[in-house]
Amino acid sequence: MTDSRVRIVSVLPALLGTYGDGGNVVVLERRLAWRGIPVQVVRTTVQDPCPAEGDLYVLGGGEDEAQLLALDVLRTSALRAVLDRGTPLLAVCAGLQLLGSSLAAGSESFVEGLGMVDLTTARLSRRAVGEVVTRPEESTGLNRLTGFVNHGGSTVLGSEARPFGQVLEGPGNAGESDPVEGVLQGSVIGTYLHGPVLARNPALADLLLTRAVGSPLPHLEPGLPEQLHAERLARRG
Amino acid sequence: MLVHRVVFALARLAGLVSRRAGRGAGRTLPGRLALLLRRDSLERLARGRSVVLVSGTNGKTTTTRLLTAALGFAGPVVSNSSGSNLERGLVSALLDAEAGVSAVLEVDEVVLPTAMSSCRPVVVVLLNLSRDQLDRTSEVTFHVKRWREALTLYGGTVVANADDPLVATAVRGARPTEHDVVWVAAGQPWRGDLALCPSCGGAWEELVEPWSCAHCSARRPDPHWALDGGELVAREGSRWSLALALPGRANAANAGMAVAAACVLDVPAEVSVELARSVTDVEGRYLSSRQGDHDLRLLLAKNPAGWLEALSEITSGPAPVVIALNARSADGTDPSWLWDVPFERLAGRRVVVTGERATDLAVRLHYAEVAHEVHPDLRACVQALPPGACDVVANYTAFVQARASLARGLS
Repeated sequence: MTDSRVRIVSVLPALLGTYGDGGNVVVLERRLAWRGIPVQVVRTTVQDPCPAEGDLYVLGGGEDEAQLLALDVLRTSALRAVLDRGTPLLAVCAGLQLLGSSLAAGSESFVEGLGMVDLTTARLSRRAVGEVVTRPEESTGLNRLTGFVNHGGSTVLGSEARPFGQVLEGPGNAGESDPVEGVLQGSVIGTYLHGPVLARNPALADLLLTRAVGSPLPHLEPGLPEQLHAERLARRG
Repeated sequence: MLVHRVVFALARLAGLVSRRAGRGAGRTLPGRLALLLRRDSLERLARGRSVVLVSGTNGKTTTTRLLTAALGFAGPVVSNSSGSNLERGLVSALLDAEAGVSAVLEVDEVVLPTAMSSCRPVVVVLLNLSRDQLDRTSEVTFHVKRWREALTLYGGTVVANADDPLVATAVRGARPTEHDVVWVAAGQPWRGDLALCPSCGGAWEELVEPWSCAHCSARRPDPHWALDGGELVAREGSRWSLALALPGRANAANAGMAVAAACVLDVPAEVSVELARSVTDVEGRYLSSRQGDHDLRLLLAKNPAGWLEALSEITSGPAPVVIALNARSADGTDPSWLWDVPFERLAGRRVVVTGERATDLAVRLHYAEVAHEVHPDLRACVQALPPGACDVVANYTAFVQARASLARGLS
């Protein structure tokens, strides 16, 4: 390709953007631009929900009915080809759920998902809401993560998928007593964490960007984002 | 079971004792006690009065205040003016009112259906719906559904914001014939909660004002009243210049809603506009305060829709901005909504931030590339600014703190 810009695809932000998750894309875009790496952000709509030519894809959280519409338009999209190619994708909350083989949303207790990640989601009897701290799987090289969850899904991983992290504090994938959070499978990183998650965890943003660029990133001076990360981890109560 | 008269006397006494002891202003304790002793206290206290309920995500307190002023023309009016808008706050307000006195009550959007069935209001004023405190309340489409159900059982007049598709859909769903509905085109710049058309569920695409759905027949109702800049226009063509003391587009919208509601209760528009002008500050909102060399103006913004209005107001002048952010239970404990606010618009302006979640806000501004400083409290923020005017914008509990520290004096 002649275009040297890193292309970040924000998938259906109007449908999947209820909990400030649009911020994840802003964080990714700025952290590349500040390093002098040319970047382009594509925010997709239902007419063209998932263009094939992207270097990094981001799916956010959404309300149930919007999630179901997103699911419908993504079924016939290029998303499967994108993942088969191994392109990195961050999926948050509703975005994580719709990648699985089934989910519960709105009045439907069983909806067939995209089947791209080995997980299923049923309904939680009580919404999982609150601050969460996790320790991500070692292979990611990440330190602890901090975020805020607010969801009514009870997600269980299948044998093809691995947890993204172990819960140190707060609810996990299937609510209060679940010790695991999020999912790793192929090039997908999935999590229930909002905050937005990349605003609170700059190291996760840089991990995704490193994978998208395909080589180590130039150094970026630590500052406010690292301070927020430390502050949220140190909080009590 | 205790008779109501005894329960209410006990509750009033508790309020009196609480106020004497300096424990708050007695805004919710009497109501809480009354409801504990008699679950039907609100119903009983509302009986025999003309009640107006005002609900919506933003503008409740101000609209209630403006409407209370307008209806004061016709006689005494009681109101929960301090903004205690849950059932206990409504009961507390009515406990202090003599029998038969009219009431204008602001009601939390979650509590509205309960309050409507208890109070049997003559008028319900519906301002707007948008995301707020998602950790505690529900997603917005849930409120649309509950409002529609409550309106289906309701026989009085509805004064509703025609420019908010969520409000209009709830009202029309309950009253397809639109009888006894007064539509006010009061504006709603925030569209962030319209992923789908609330009528047909298709992806929302908005190309032109006034709104209409690209997939179905849903469209903005034909308004009886419309805002046109600083003027309020009635359907038959009469115009009133609002010239409010309260600043901003959102307050003109609040006044339009109040004037339309007052009109239903036979207060002429020229009278209610005049009375609305006399309202200068509402529980500290838009309060001007001289502090040493600084002239502060205090604004409340607690969610993305409110911030959108506040940004238009504060960027209309050159004054530096102080922003205070907390995330206590009353604010919503998840401040991720900051990322739905276009803070990029503050670029080039002097910005200082404080509050318990100042770092979350600082990170948001950092990524918006808005230069800013963080200070430990409001006093330090103001002292960092050059003498002259500055705007202080705070979310709920930070606003209450700021109001208190301005009352004490910053120096």
